[in-house]
Amino acid sequence: MKQAFTGTLALAWVALSRDRIQLPIWIVAITLFKVFVLAAWNGDLTDEELLSVTQFYGVHPAMRLFGLASGPTLGAYVMSRGFVLFAVLIALMSILFVVRHTRQDEDTGRAEYINSAVVGRHANLASAFMVAVGANIVLALLISLVFIFNDLPVAGSFAAGAAYAGVGIFFAGVASVTAQLAATSRGATGLALLALGVAFALPGIGNMLGQVDEEGVRIISSWPAWLSPLGWGQQMRPFAEDHWSLLGLFGFFFVAFALAGFYLETRRDIGKGFLPEKPGPAEAAPSLLNPLGLVWRLQRGAFVGWAIAVTLFSILFGAVSGDIDALLEELEEWTDIFERIGGTDVMIDAAFVTFVGIFAAVIAIYAVQVLLRMRLEESDGPAEPVMATAVSRQRWIMGYIVNSVLGAAALLLMAGLAMGISAGVALDELGTWVSDLVVAALVQLPAVLVIIGIVVAAFGLLPRRVGLIAWLVLAVAIITGPWLAGILDLPEWAENISPFSHAPAVPAEAVTATPILAMLAVAIVLVGIGILAFRRRDIDLPAG
Amino acid sequence: MPTAISIFGLVKNFGSTRALDAFDMTVWDNEVHGFLGPNGAGKSTTIRVLLGLLRRDAGEIDLLGGDPWRDAVALHRRLAYVPDDVKLWPTLTGGEVIDLMGKLRGGLDPARRAEMLDRFKLDPTKKCGTYSKGNRQKVAIVAAFASDVELFLLDEPTSGLDPLMVMAFRETVTEARREGRTVVLSSHIFADVEALCDRITIIRQGKTVQAGTLDELRHLTRTLIEVETERTVDDLEKLPGVHAVEREGLQTSFQVDSDEIDRVLRHLVQFGVKSLHSAPPSLEELFMRHYGDEVSEQKKPEEA
Ligand SMILES: Nc1ncnc2c1ncn2[C@@H]1O[C@H](COP(=O)(O)OP(=O)(O)OP(=O)(O)O)[C@@H](O)[C@H]1O
Ligand SMILES: [Mg+2]
Repeated sequence: MKQAFTGTLALAWVALSRDRIQLPIWIVAITLFKVFVLAAWNGDLTDEELLSVTQFYGVHPAMRLFGLASGPTLGAYVMSRGFVLFAVLIALMSILFVVRHTRQDEDTGRAEYINSAVVGRHANLASAFMVAVGANIVLALLISLVFIFNDLPVAGSFAAGAAYAGVGIFFAGVASVTAQLAATSRGATGLALLALGVAFALPGIGNMLGQVDEEGVRIISSWPAWLSPLGWGQQMRPFAEDHWSLLGLFGFFFVAFALAGFYLETRRDIGKGFLPEKPGPAEAAPSLLNPLGLVWRLQRGAFVGWAIAVTLFSILFGAVSGDIDALLEELEEWTDIFERIGGTDVMIDAAFVTFVGIFAAVIAIYAVQVLLRMRLEESDGPAEPVMATAVSRQRWIMGYIVNSVLGAAALLLMAGLAMGISAGVALDELGTWVSDLVVAALVQLPAVLVIIGIVVAAFGLLPRRVGLIAWLVLAVAIITGPWLAGILDLPEWAENISPFSHAPAVPAEAVTATPILAMLAVAIVLVGIGILAFRRRDIDLPAG
Repeated sequence: MPTAISIFGLVKNFGSTRALDAFDMTVWDNEVHGFLGPNGAGKSTTIRVLLGLLRRDAGEIDLLGGDPWRDAVALHRRLAYVPDDVKLWPTLTGGEVIDLMGKLRGGLDPARRAEMLDRFKLDPTKKCGTYSKGNRQKVAIVAAFASDVELFLLDEPTSGLDPLMVMAFRETVTEARREGRTVVLSSHIFADVEALCDRITIIRQGKTVQAGTLDELRHLTRTLIEVETERTVDDLEKLPGVHAVEREGLQTSFQVDSDEIDRVLRHLVQFGVKSLHSAPPSLEELFMRHYGDEVSEQKKPEEA
């Protein structure tokens, strides 16, 4: 038995050095995000304000989907706002890590190579667990420290960190099982993400169906919340009750999953899963047989995922609109920020300008992802046989650009429609809100196009740097965008950097043609530069 | 004879590495042309320049009467390519990839597609992500040979194939040649080259070191002779073109340059030849010499 684990430490070391950039980026980025979020939310809330924002999470069923109200303290409020989002991020880190170091190694053939050395049967999975658990604990400690430095109670801070680590470790276990079940590493990631999706939905439903106390500040969740690790994390109620004993649940399930993973690992062949791969079509559908159709086919799954997420969140954001005025009456500083972003003191309009702007920035990430796939196909090799056919470079690159532009436009349209319908129902003015918010969303498209233009130009001119440039541009556009610039109180010149700051602030303002046309022109010029440069350069393929 | 490809003085740099250094190559119409050379010699780079994926730094190229960079799209309708390391999209099936490549090239013959799938025992319903290296290679081969094109550019197409599939591949290439098509075959597998190729070009460090038919190349090299005589053979070493002489009693073995064989035989008969065995150099020996470092001291074909 002991032999089965021979070499675990050595492999853990290999895994760490392979991930010496990726893992620290996850940990640092999540920690910084927490710092940032706390800086933006913390403010100096008075006791009355705390009571009212906590009630906001307690009384409104739609808000209960996002977080669990546990009492009117600052820490508890921070947890209701942030716990689910950060727990999902940490679970993602764990899932991607474990799949990368188990199943993905098999798909690339690396595992076969490793297993031919003197390592035990279970060493690879055991080393993945070691590193994943270690990374989660480090991240949990960092987050606890962030809370402590924000003057939150020490015990609660550690309880909060532990809740996060619990979720992360739980999903490391889940991923180790899906890695055995699925036929490919993509399948393994997909199955684990499905589990994460269910784990995300259950506590929301459980909290929504739960009971609220008389003051409206503490929810007793109904049973579905207890079926999910994210639910257990919430029920630990850090900064309110600190139920440490719930850590046992995470521990128990992690051990169970890990044992299942080890067991299944001995029962299958390397590179194969328990769930058989379904046969696909023997012939291609006509819609696949052109560069545009090919890119759409490769991107389809991701697009559907994005469409569902965008629609759901848009419905939620639309639904809270009925309560916005009531909430903001109590929160002066937010009123100021909304006013600055929306340029109006009609709070509901200002709020929607903000929401739509945030959706546009997130949708720009999708547009950029489509374009970065183009670089991946070039540097990995599948583009090579395509470009050896009668497809011109221009047609090839247009396949990606058109998919990126239309994808972003469709997602914006969905966001506007969904938000418009749900706000329209909540405010009993369906027609107006649908048309206003659809227009509001679509006038954000030119700003997304500018970002698309920059990425295409970078792809033509500096193909090896395009990934870095794309994420930098997105980060700058978001940080200097109207919402964060408002919260961070950036000077005007900085705010002007972001294309999103130039999109007309519908519904607070009327649509103006000048900024739209100007951004369109910039985007077209940048795309043109990118295409011309791409047509003149070498294809940067892996050496043959 | 008309040429399918003629390359003259081709130069390609990657930063400070010179991958192709005044490289020359001529491929006649309707021949199977072997393209050989050690790792990193520049074979794949040459093919990618021919495909217009890389831009040449200097030199002249005529590919099917056009320029591979300027006329890429039009030329690509008339040729098919099998890359060295076939990378495909994990979520598409083999059948979908074959149809896609065929269509993008300008169409493919369904009957031919079915025949090739059968010949290469390829299951078109499997996702590319689950294909082995050999099966991915077969997808590219089927996609290429199911199209009606004049020229095939094949970069180490058999490196992942099992012996049965190699036979199917040879049959396919032979068929293509019979139908009047041209094939450029880059390979490290001598047996394939020997079985298929009419002419070959050997490249080393970006330069042409040899070109011609296999027979012509053999003529440029040495023959191994083993002879048993009645008296000890004297003065053999003094003859021009004789190398590596070894004696064991009355048995003598040596190598001789092919154009000196006649003179050496006249010398040998003086000593009463009892038996004689001569072996032409194997293809492998031939290549080893061209791959190795002493190649610079060898005669260049134009001097021979
Ligand atoms: N994209 C590139 N960037 C930098 N150098 C390259 C690139 N592609 C090829 N090279 C270099 O050019 C030279 C020729 O490489 P090439 O791939 O053409 O060799 P090859 O003859 O195909 O070798 P093999 O038999 O291993 O396939 C090598 O030194 C290689 O390292
Ligand atoms: Mg090569």
